Amino acid sequence: MSEFEPVIGLEIHVQLSTRTKMFCGCALAFGEPPNTLTCPTCLGLPGTLPRANAQAIHFGLMIGLALGSDLAPRSIFHRKNYFYPDLPKGYQISQYDEPLCRGGQLSEVRIHRVHLEEDAAKLIHAGASGRIHGSDHSIVDFNRGGTPLAEIVTEPDVRSAAQAREWLTLLRTTLRRLGVSDVNMEEGSLRCDANISIRPVGTHELGTKTELKNMNSFRYLERGVNAEIARQEAILRAGGQVVQETLHFDPQTEQITSLRSKEEAHDYRYFPEPDLVPVATSDAMLEAARAAMPELPAAREERLRALGVSAASARQLAWRTELGDYFEVALAVGGVEAQPLANWVCNELVARVGEDDPNASDVTPAALAELVALVGSKAVTVGNAKLVLDRLVAGGGDPAQIVEAEGLGAMAGGDDALEPIVAAALAANADAAEKIRGGNMKAIGAIIGHVMRETKGRADGAEVTRIVRQKLGL
Amino acid sequence: MTPADGRNMPSDVTLLTAAAAVGAIERGELSAAELFEAYRGAAAGDELNAYLWVAEDAHDPPPPGLPLAGVPLAVKDLFCTEGVPSQAGSKILEGYRPPYTASVVARLAAAGAPLLGKTNQDEFAMGSSNENSAFGPVLNPWDRTRVPGGSSGGSAAAVAAGSAPWALGTDTGGSIRQPAALCGIVGLKPTYGTVSRYGMIAFASSLDQAGPLTRDVTDAALLLRHMVGQDDRDATSIGFPGAIALPSSDSLKGIRLGVPEELSGSGVGIDAGVLDAFHATLKLAESLGATIETCHLPHAPHALSAYYVLAPAEASSNLARYDGVRYGKRVENGGLVGMYTKTRSQGFGAEVKRRIMLGTYSLSSGYYDAYYGRAQRVRTKIAEDFHSAFAAFDFVVTPTSPSVAFELGAKTADPLSMYLNDYCTVPMSLAGIPAISIPNGLSEGLPTGFQLCGPAFSENRVLEAAFALEQAIGFDGSGGRSRS
Amino acid sequence: MIDREQVLHVARLARLELTEAEVAKMSEELSAVLGHIEKIGELDLDGVPPTTHVVEVSNALRPDEVQPSLPREIALASAPAIADGGFLVPSPQADADPS
Ligand SMILES: [Mg+2]
Ligand SMILES: [Zn+2]
Repeated sequence: MSEFEPVIGLEIHVQLSTRTKMFCGCALAFGEPPNTLTCPTCLGLPGTLPRANAQAIHFGLMIGLALGSDLAPRSIFHRKNYFYPDLPKGYQISQYDEPLCRGGQLSEVRIHRVHLEEDAAKLIHAGASGRIHGSDHSIVDFNRGGTPLAEIVTEPDVRSAAQAREWLTLLRTTLRRLGVSDVNMEEGSLRCDANISIRPVGTHELGTKTELKNMNSFRYLERGVNAEIARQEAILRAGGQVVQETLHFDPQTEQITSLRSKEEAHDYRYFPEPDLVPVATSDAMLEAARAAMPELPAAREERLRALGVSAASARQLAWRTELGDYFEVALAVGGVEAQPLANWVCNELVARVGEDDPNASDVTPAALAELVALVGSKAVTVGNAKLVLDRLVAGGGDPAQIVEAEGLGAMAGGDDALEPIVAAALAANADAAEKIRGGNMKAIGAIIGHVMRETKGRADGAEVTRIVRQKLGL
Repeated sequence: MTPADGRNMPSDVTLLTAAAAVGAIERGELSAAELFEAYRGAAAGDELNAYLWVAEDAHDPPPPGLPLAGVPLAVKDLFCTEGVPSQAGSKILEGYRPPYTASVVARLAAAGAPLLGKTNQDEFAMGSSNENSAFGPVLNPWDRTRVPGGSSGGSAAAVAAGSAPWALGTDTGGSIRQPAALCGIVGLKPTYGTVSRYGMIAFASSLDQAGPLTRDVTDAALLLRHMVGQDDRDATSIGFPGAIALPSSDSLKGIRLGVPEELSGSGVGIDAGVLDAFHATLKLAESLGATIETCHLPHAPHALSAYYVLAPAEASSNLARYDGVRYGKRVENGGLVGMYTKTRSQGFGAEVKRRIMLGTYSLSSGYYDAYYGRAQRVRTKIAEDFHSAFAAFDFVVTPTSPSVAFELGAKTADPLSMYLNDYCTVPMSLAGIPAISIPNGLSEGLPTGFQLCGPAFSENRVLEAAFALEQAIGFDGSGGRSRS
Repeated sequence: MIDREQVLHVARLARLELTEAEVAKMSEELSAVLGHIEKIGELDLDGVPPTTHVVEVSNALRPDEVQPSLPREIALASAPAIADGGFLVPSPQADADPS
C-alpha cells in the first residue's frame, strides 16, 4: 500500500482592528451587551446603503504588501447571496473575482489572494426555550455583524498539520507586526479553515478535498488537520472515495462531522455590488500603506542573520516579535556580541519566562546585556551567570551588584590561584585521574565538579580542563 | 404670521403651483400653515387611494426664509420617514416605521418642504399601473376606471388631482415619467447619482433614482434644485455640477432634436393617438426654432430585455432582507427555513415574487453569463448609442408611454404586455441620463406624455427646453382636478 | 424556457413557496418573459465591457470615525420576536431539510 501525502491550503479570516465596521460607523468592541453596536445600515434596514471604510482598505493594502501580493489598481465588491439569520441583508458584501490583492508568498507558502469582506453577526443558541412552539431558538446579536475581515487564501502548498500550525504562527506574527488585527484565535479575530486532500506520494494529481472549519486555536488546527488526514487515509485504504464537503472538527471529542449535509447545494449568485463603487488604489493610498509598513519577520530574520545570529535564533527572534524587540534593545546597549546574546535570550531567558513577553519581566534588556558581557569577559562563569539570571527573573536588579553581593565573580589570580585547587582535586579523585590518563575524558567531570565546589562555581571550566591536561601530560 | 389677505389669491389655494405658493408665502399673501392645512384636508379627502398615510397634525410653520417656504410635499411610500409608515406598498412591511429619514426627504424638509403624506405605489416599485400595491390600486384622476401608471402612481395621481402641490417619486425604468404622462403632469428622472438613494427602499440599486412629480416644469426645477447634492451615506452619489436654475426660455432656437426611429417609429407599437400628439409637438418645436431629425439608437429595442434581467436580478438580492427577523411581517412555521418561506410567500405579492424568481434564475449558477453578464454589456451599448446621438443632437425626444392610461385590470393577466409600457423610458434609465416627461395634449380625452432626454448632468438644459415646449403646448391639466 | 424543476429550484434559492398551480403559472410566465429576453443572445457583444455603474465614481470611502449607534430598544423596536436583548429566530441547527 502506497504512502499518502497531504495537500493543504488554508483560508484565514482576520478581523481588522479598525475603529468602525466595514460599511458603517458603528464602533467595534468585544464583549458589549448584544445589539448595542448597531445602526440602520448594519441591521440591514430597508433603504440603507454601505460605505466602505478607508482604514480597512489601507489595512488590506498593508497585508498585500507584507505578503508580496500584486495590489489591484482597481478592485470591486460583490454580493454573495444566501439566507442565514446572522446575515442581515440576505447577502454578504465580499470581494470575488476582482480582489484587492492577488498572489504573493509568505515563507514557503504561496498566497492565492487576499480580499476584504464583512463579518456575519453572532448567533447565540437559546435552546428549546419553549417560547414559541417549544422548538429550538437562537438569538441574533448584530454587534459583530459588519466587522471588516481580510480573507487570506493560500495555494495548496502546506504538506503537514505541523507545517500548517507553524506557518499560521508566522502569519499571525506578520499581521500583529502590521498592527492590522488582534489576531486572537480564541476571541475569533483570527479564524482558519483548511482545504485538505491527500494523494499517493510521488503523484501530482490533486485528490478530492474537504473543507475543515472551526479550528479556533493553533493546537486544534494541528489536531483537526491530522484527524482529517487520518480519516481520508482510512477511506482510501478501505477502497472508498473522499466526498467533497464541509466538515466540522469538535476539539472536545476530536470527531469530524459533516457540517452542511442538510443544506442544498450552494449557489451564491455573486454579482457586482451596485451600492458600492470600485476601489481604485491611488498612488497616495499605496504610498500611505508603504509608509506604514514595519519591518516584517522575514526581513528581520535576514537582518539578524547578517548580524551574525544563527539561523535558528534569528527565526525565533523574528517570528516572536517581542523576543526580537527585547534582543535588539539589549544589543543596542553595547558591549556584547550578537550570537551569545541571542543564545541567552532564546535559550536561558525563554526557559525562564516561557510564552510571556520578556519585556514585561523584571530582567531589563540592559541587565541581560550586562550579564552576557560579564560572561564574555570571563568575569562570571556561565554557570554562575545562570544563577544571576535566576535572581534577575525573581526580582530584577543589576547583575554586577548581584555578582558582587553574592560572591559569584570568576576567580581572580589566574593559574597561580587555580593550580593548587586542581592539584588537590586530582589527588582527591585518583580514580578519575587514572581514567582520564587512560583516555576517558568523560571522567573529567568529577575533577571539575570538585573544583567548582571548592570555588563556589567561580572557576572557569575551560581553564580547569586545560590545567588537568597539563598536569596529566596529555 | 398674518393671515392671507387674499389679494391675488384664488379661493382655493391648492390651485397654486408650488413655485407660486412659495412666492405668495414669501410676499406674506399666504401663510404656510394655511397652505399645509388646505393640502392636508385635500389629501385626507382623497378618493383615488393615492395616499397610504396623511400627516395628522398641522406642522409648526417652518422658520421664515427657507427656500421652499413650507410648501408641503407628498412622498412615495418607499422613502423612509422616521416614525412614519414606510412600507414600499408591500404587506411584508405593513406598519413598518423606520428609525431614520431618507436623505432626500430630510434635505427637502430642511429646505422648507414638510411631509404631507406618503403616497401609494406598486409594491417595491415593481409595476407600471399601481395595481401591484398591497394596499389597493390608485385610480387615475382623469378617469377613475383607469390606472394612473406606476410605480409612482400615488404621487402622480395626488399631484394631478391637486391633493399635493408636488411629490417625490422614484424611477427605475420609467416609474416617474410614465405615471406623470398618464396623469398629465411633469415627471423628471435626474442623472443617476445626483440625488441620494439613502433611505429609498431599493428596487434595483443601479437604476433607482428619485425625482420630482410636479404640475409644471418650473416646479420640477425648483424641487430638483433642493434634491440634488452629494451624500456621504450613498457611495454612488455625486455632486451636481452647479445649481439647478429655474427655466425661462421661450425659444428652441438652434436646438437639434433627435427622434429615434427605434422608439417612435410607426412599427414599434405606439398607439396612433399618442404618436399624433407626439408629432404635433415636434411641429411646435420646429416653430420654436428647433431642428428635427431622425436619429438611431440601434440597441434601444434590446433595452427592455436587458432591463428585465438587470432590475429583477438586483431586486432578488435587495429583497432578500425581508426575512421576518428584524422588522416587518413574520409567519412562524416551525423551523427557520419554514419561517423564511412562509413569511416571504405570504408577504410578497405576485409581481414581486415573479421578479424575484426571474432575478434569482438569471443570477443562478450556469446562467449568469448568458443573462446578467450579457445584459450589462447591452447596457454599455445603449449608453454608447446615446453618447453617439448626443454628438449630433442636443436632446433625444420620444413619446413617454406607448399608450394613454389603460383600464384597471386590462394588462394584469399578461406580465409581458405590462412590461412593454416601459419601452420608451427604460433606455434612459439604463444609460443613467436625465429625462423629463411633460404633458403633451390629450388622446381619447386622456393625457399623453412627451419625453425629452439629454446627456448626464444636462438637467438645466433639459428643463429649459421642456419649459419652452410646455409654454407652447399650453396643456390644460384641469381635467385631473375635477373631483366628483 | 424554464420548466417545473427549475421553478422549484429557483423558488428554494429565493425562499419562496409556490403552490402547484403557482408553479405551473410561474413556469409559463417566466418562459414568456425569458423568451423575449433571450433575444439579447443574438447580439454580438464580443469585447464590450459590462456596465455596473453608469457614472464613473471610484473609492467613495468613509473615514474610520465612530458614529453613534442606535439605542438597543430602537434597534429591536420593529422585530417580530425578541429575547434577551436579541432577535429571536428559529434555530438553524434544529431545521429540518427544507425540501
Ligand atoms: Mg469569506
Ligand atoms: Zn452600524
